[in-house]
Amino acid sequence: MMGAGMDGLERHAIAVLVDNEPGILARVVGLFSGRGYNIESLTVAEVDRRNSLSRITIVTTGTRMIIEQIKAQLSRLVPVHKVLDLTDEGPFVEREMMLIKVAGQGEVRIEALRLADIFRARVVDSTIGSFVFELTGSAEKLNAFIALMEPLGLVEISRTGSVAISRGAASL
Amino acid sequence: MSAEPISGAEIVIRALVDQGVDVVFGYPGGAVLPIYDALFKQNALRHILVRQEGGAVHAAEGYARSTGRVGVVLVTSGPGATNAVTGLTDALMDSVPIVCLTGQVPTHLIGNDAFQEADTTGITRPCTKHNYLVKDVRDLSRMIHEAFYVAKSGRPGPVVIDLPKDVLFAPGPYSRPEDARHKSYRPQTIPEAARIAQAIDMIAAAKRPLFYGGGGLINSGTEACAGFTELVRLCDAPCTLTLMGLGAFPAGDPHFLGMVGMHGTYEANLAMHDCDLLIAVGARFDDRVTGRLNAFSPGSKKIHIDIDPSSINKNVRVDLPIVGDVGQAVSALLAAWPRGKPAQDRNGWWRRIEEWRARDCLRYDRSGRGVIKPQYAIERLFALTRERDVYVTTEVGQHQMWAAQFFKFDKPHHWMTSGGLGTMGYGLPAAIGVQIAHPDALVVDIAGEASILMNIQEMSTASQYRLPVKIFILNNQYMGMVRQWQELLHGGRYSESYTAALPDFVKLAEAFGANGRRVETAAEIDDAIRWMLTTPGAVILDVAVDPKENCFPMIPSGAAHNEMLLGPQDEAERPVSEEGMVLV
Repeated sequence: MMGAGMDGLERHAIAVLVDNEPGILARVVGLFSGRGYNIESLTVAEVDRRNSLSRITIVTTGTRMIIEQIKAQLSRLVPVHKVLDLTDEGPFVEREMMLIKVAGQGEVRIEALRLADIFRARVVDSTIGSFVFELTGSAEKLNAFIALMEPLGLVEISRTGSVAISRGAASL
Repeated sequence: MSAEPISGAEIVIRALVDQGVDVVFGYPGGAVLPIYDALFKQNALRHILVRQEGGAVHAAEGYARSTGRVGVVLVTSGPGATNAVTGLTDALMDSVPIVCLTGQVPTHLIGNDAFQEADTTGITRPCTKHNYLVKDVRDLSRMIHEAFYVAKSGRPGPVVIDLPKDVLFAPGPYSRPEDARHKSYRPQTIPEAARIAQAIDMIAAAKRPLFYGGGGLINSGTEACAGFTELVRLCDAPCTLTLMGLGAFPAGDPHFLGMVGMHGTYEANLAMHDCDLLIAVGARFDDRVTGRLNAFSPGSKKIHIDIDPSSINKNVRVDLPIVGDVGQAVSALLAAWPRGKPAQDRNGWWRRIEEWRARDCLRYDRSGRGVIKPQYAIERLFALTRERDVYVTTEVGQHQMWAAQFFKFDKPHHWMTSGGLGTMGYGLPAAIGVQIAHPDALVVDIAGEASILMNIQEMSTASQYRLPVKIFILNNQYMGMVRQWQELLHGGRYSESYTAALPDFVKLAEAFGANGRRVETAAEIDDAIRWMLTTPGAVILDVAVDPKENCFPMIPSGAAHNEMLLGPQDEAERPVSEEGMVLV
């Protein structure tokens, strides 16, 4: 529904380069919960061991004014080095990884394997009665695969949330 | 690096001294005993023992805001730290530079629910600008120096350093402040030249400009306020200030319209509503200033100068954001101002302002015989202290708003009040901090009888250090602002806002080794104020004021600037909207 309060909602992927120090994730998450911002997904890992820097990728939704606030508030955190709005800065690649467990016998098992092949999912574990598939792609692709697996014995999903990087030679 | 390792506690002392700290407000306890031991062995740092840790933070705030320096607090782990939380939040909201050292249980006990353990960095994360847990003595001096840098640069704020007891005993190297440079935190202080030029064009073209200055000017310093004053006069534009900004522009100057906002003046609020250019300088468009957002200054272009980019476009969309130190921005504007060029004809604008001024919105009923009107008490206090270098602190409520309306400030750093958080109990400990920083000055806490009881224990601190703080209680026996809202919004059902068993403040003062007096009639007020001013040491003057008086003018919550209530008559005619009811 496009109510008055709803239109103008934008989805943004934001990359944040931070000092890899205790409490930094709590600071970022606390900022979002404390100020009532949305988190669609959040991922974090160290990306520069020598300088002890981590990269946080946050996917969030909000009005333009809220998105600007989120970036300003993130930049204000003392251990934050850089905030980059990938959605604003130009083309970028966004990927998510998923491990998905499907259990079943006979026909459904073969069908699951066939669909996995179409989606270029890799089998990373198999037993007589189950598969674990590894699948990387956009959130939509992952969602589509989940929908297909549901009738075929889907039992468990583990997803990483989005990571993203800008296209081209420039760096953060 | 110093060659000789010293203990963590000694590192703390040395780092504070090297940071230019001369006084620490604190309260000892088990986890910080090593620091108290190190304090005992030296003379460079003075320690002021408060009676509750919350008082220590407010005292440090008073110290910081009256000097422009960083206020320092030292408290123990667990309850020491949690008691400090209100003060830290207050300092965060009002951008006061504070470094708060908290004790912590030894590192090997962290997470074990040890005695007096609290997750201090966890608890204080949302109420500080930044915080540190020092797990290794080798990081200690760097973290302390960094904490001072973070507390005072950019938009100032409180920083907590959590110190496990074993780290305070451990020997470690000391490094000097010059060796510490923060890896990444570099707030932008110099504004972009192109934006300054654009601002000049906008100001020159405006027919109905208004300057709106805030606490950022005070934080930027005396020079910034002087530059701002010069700029306003040069532009011949009217100027209003927020609660936090009072003193940044001389109240006696004809360009000054008084305070803006919920209890600001009629002329300031209508000027904000009707201006064609609003120049916000170190102010943050707080809801107490803007009133209903969709009716806020509808016809104006807006320039916003602020050191904190997150303050820009947060509540109100502005046309020209200028990120930088307001002092730097004001100097740049002054330097770029085209002198000699005829300004826009603003006579029409000034005529309208004079019409609004003529309403005399701070007028109050003086007909009552004998009974002391709270406004009158403050007017007399102001009149009788004009010749003195007077610092005023307040608690929170009606008395605070009357103080803001009727006490006129011509200089920055002389007005200390809890604006953003609205912390009752702020005024007395803040006055103690101010008096410590300015031993010879006159320091008055304009208080309410409800607020003062929230930190009354600090009377004991005032007595111990012979601090001659003057506590001027406007005693109406109610939590006046709560009662006013109950009258306005809840049908006059004064639920729990009357204090039935107030202490005898005169005896209370005497019990603390101070002097007290009560005054009940308007005829005696001058004499009582003179007595307060000439009586040595801490003094409580208990002023029995009209218990039913309300604070006007008022923009009720959910209303716009041009929907002000000027007095009790308006109150009856215009009930508050349903949307307004839910607002704080």
